[in-house]
Amino acid sequence: MSGHGNTAVDERIGTGLKSRTRHALSDEFLRKAVAFTTDKLKSGRLQAMDTFGDWEAWRERGKAIRSHTIDNLDYYLGQFADNVVKGGGHVYFAKEGKDAVRTFMDIAERNKAKLVAKGKSMVSEEIHLNQELEKKGIDAIETDLGEYILQLARETPSHLIIPAIHKNKQQIAKLFTDASGEHFEPETKVLAEYARKKLRNYFLEADIGLTGCNFGVAESGSITLVSNEGNGRMVSTLPKVHVVVMGMERLVPTFEDLEVVLNLLARSATGQKLTTYTSILTGPKASGDLDGPEELHVIILDNGRSEQLGDPIFQEVLNCIRCAACLNVCPVYRHVGGHTYGSVYSGPIGAVLTPLLQQDMKEAGTLAYASSLCGACYEACPVKIPLHDMLVHLRHRKVKMKLTALPERVAFKSYQTIFGNITLYKLATKSAYYMQKPLVREGMIKSGPPPLSGWTQSRFMPMLPKQSFRDKWGALQQELARKRKEGGKA
Amino acid sequence: MKVSLFITCLADNLYPEVVESVARILTDYGCEVDFPEAQTCCGQPAFNSGYQDEAREVSRQLIRAFEHSDYVVSPSGSCTGMVHHFYPYLFRDEPEWAAKAEALVGKMYEFSQFLVGVLGVSDLGASFPHKVTYHPSCHAMRLLGVKEEPMKLLSSVADMSYVELPKREDCCGFGGTFAIKMADMSEAMVCEKAGNVCQTGAEVLVGTDMGCLMNIGGRLNKEGKPVRVMHLAQLLEEGRTKR
Repeated sequence: MSGHGNTAVDERIGTGLKSRTRHALSDEFLRKAVAFTTDKLKSGRLQAMDTFGDWEAWRERGKAIRSHTIDNLDYYLGQFADNVVKGGGHVYFAKEGKDAVRTFMDIAERNKAKLVAKGKSMVSEEIHLNQELEKKGIDAIETDLGEYILQLARETPSHLIIPAIHKNKQQIAKLFTDASGEHFEPETKVLAEYARKKLRNYFLEADIGLTGCNFGVAESGSITLVSNEGNGRMVSTLPKVHVVVMGMERLVPTFEDLEVVLNLLARSATGQKLTTYTSILTGPKASGDLDGPEELHVIILDNGRSEQLGDPIFQEVLNCIRCAACLNVCPVYRHVGGHTYGSVYSGPIGAVLTPLLQQDMKEAGTLAYASSLCGACYEACPVKIPLHDMLVHLRHRKVKMKLTALPERVAFKSYQTIFGNITLYKLATKSAYYMQKPLVREGMIKSGPPPLSGWTQSRFMPMLPKQSFRDKWGALQQELARKRKEGGKA
Repeated sequence: MKVSLFITCLADNLYPEVVESVARILTDYGCEVDFPEAQTCCGQPAFNSGYQDEAREVSRQLIRAFEHSDYVVSPSGSCTGMVHHFYPYLFRDEPEWAAKAEALVGKMYEFSQFLVGVLGVSDLGASFPHKVTYHPSCHAMRLLGVKEEPMKLLSSVADMSYVELPKREDCCGFGGTFAIKMADMSEAMVCEKAGNVCQTGAEVLVGTDMGCLMNIGGRLNKEGKPVRVMHLAQLLEEGRTKR
């Protein structure tokens, strides 16, 4: 996934999912920090759900709104774009990441931009905008606190909404100390205060403010931004030029729909009723307005999304509202954190979205195996995306493309032959009893050759008993018949 | 009432005593229990690894085995979940087999689901004077919606001291082939789960799926922890005989 993924991390620990997993698992700081925050977010979410009345009904409503929007995406994109233009903004459709980057560069060049202040935007991460800006000598400053921390650390986000979830206070204090020359104690208040002061100047000096978009409202052409720091509002209001980069699926038809998805988003993401700031921006500064940008540019990115439209299994992945509830409940994410996924999008949604957007089943497709298929992601998803099923279907896609290892393919063919025929099944299970014997110690299998070693590295395996249930059935049947004659015990 | 046992390949070969307990309890409650011998596996190992064609062929074997059954009961929410959740999908292009698959879905139950939901029994009059904790299995909960049933059965066991497992709804890290293919991820998960079990101080860990219990139990064994691991049916049967 090099070139697509987390470059800084890839360089340090290699590119394979397994080596990234081992690296993360050996990082006690990371594991503690991720578990601590996801636990907090998880319990917050459960509380916020409880106070919202019939959560299942809200989920159904959210799913209906998102499915309707995506089913009619061409219509709503047209309506949204028309309304942005009517309001005095400019709209650009970008087929690929590089098209979006080029569009942004054109705007930057026209405005002779030297400094870009960025609000939080996962799409800008997806298209690697910061790296491209750096190449052109344009400073891009992240103004979301978490993103700012990562910029200092030269890392990428490891969570959709808490980008620096893998860092603890001590690590952040060290980053701030190194960057500023001042000494910082690991105290949240002090660190936040420093970032606040430091970032304020950038809002005022920036030539361009860049943001993502949580939801575009088609009926008005409005851009909705949610944040808890207020930086979204600053970045989109103070600089002369505001550029929005957004995924093409990030729309809702009306304000009535917006109310539902905003409620679902905040409650599922952080357990808040609403985020501290919800900014709804319609068009650039109009005559008579006291503030606002002089220019508004909206770059709408496809980058693999439209490939999912019409797909009976995967279209629904476009319904995602990026709340990260699936990350917070995922037992795999909890242990390995976001960078292990080697992609901008991590957790269960990242494991599904990444191979689809990159249209890469070979490398990125390996992410489909980063799940025990426990289904916690589906249960938590506020718009009911069946991520656990999608993961299985991605594995199937990998199999169909013959991208799985030959021994595995042979093994499952044999499985089909043996388990599809009762005589062969009985023969195989009997021979397994004898074949296990060299491995059995004290009635258990404590170690074995691959692939069994994958199991025994962390647990013992019971040995196959001499008699299977099948062997015991005759005797049991007689016992049960006696029981029935006696009239049972009940 | 005629009930066919779907014993699952795992319990058939590794845990026959679990199915024996299921059979005895069902018989006690008036069921006429039989065992269609042509059954092998639900196909989940292949399906979850992406081998849908292979899974489909194994599924046919299971569908055929239970074609003439009235009710089918299994000691696994995961295998039952596979049938409920994926069989109709597997046969979506074969109307004749899709109908057979739907018929199987309509009559197949997980053990606790059948006891509480169909037989209407939640108090088996068992006594089990031990400290017990319970791990709910993901597929029973999330594919089948079986959440309350095991707790109803457990809460009516006399003399038992129940202690809740911290983070009990977190997956134990089994996930079938996941445990081997993603061994390191799985290890992190099972270590946390086993740690939580030990933290409760329970003498017994009870569950409704032998896959999960083999995983957690295997870890407890490796750590040398003296926790007894049991299927719900075993605990109930033992509790009934002790009474």
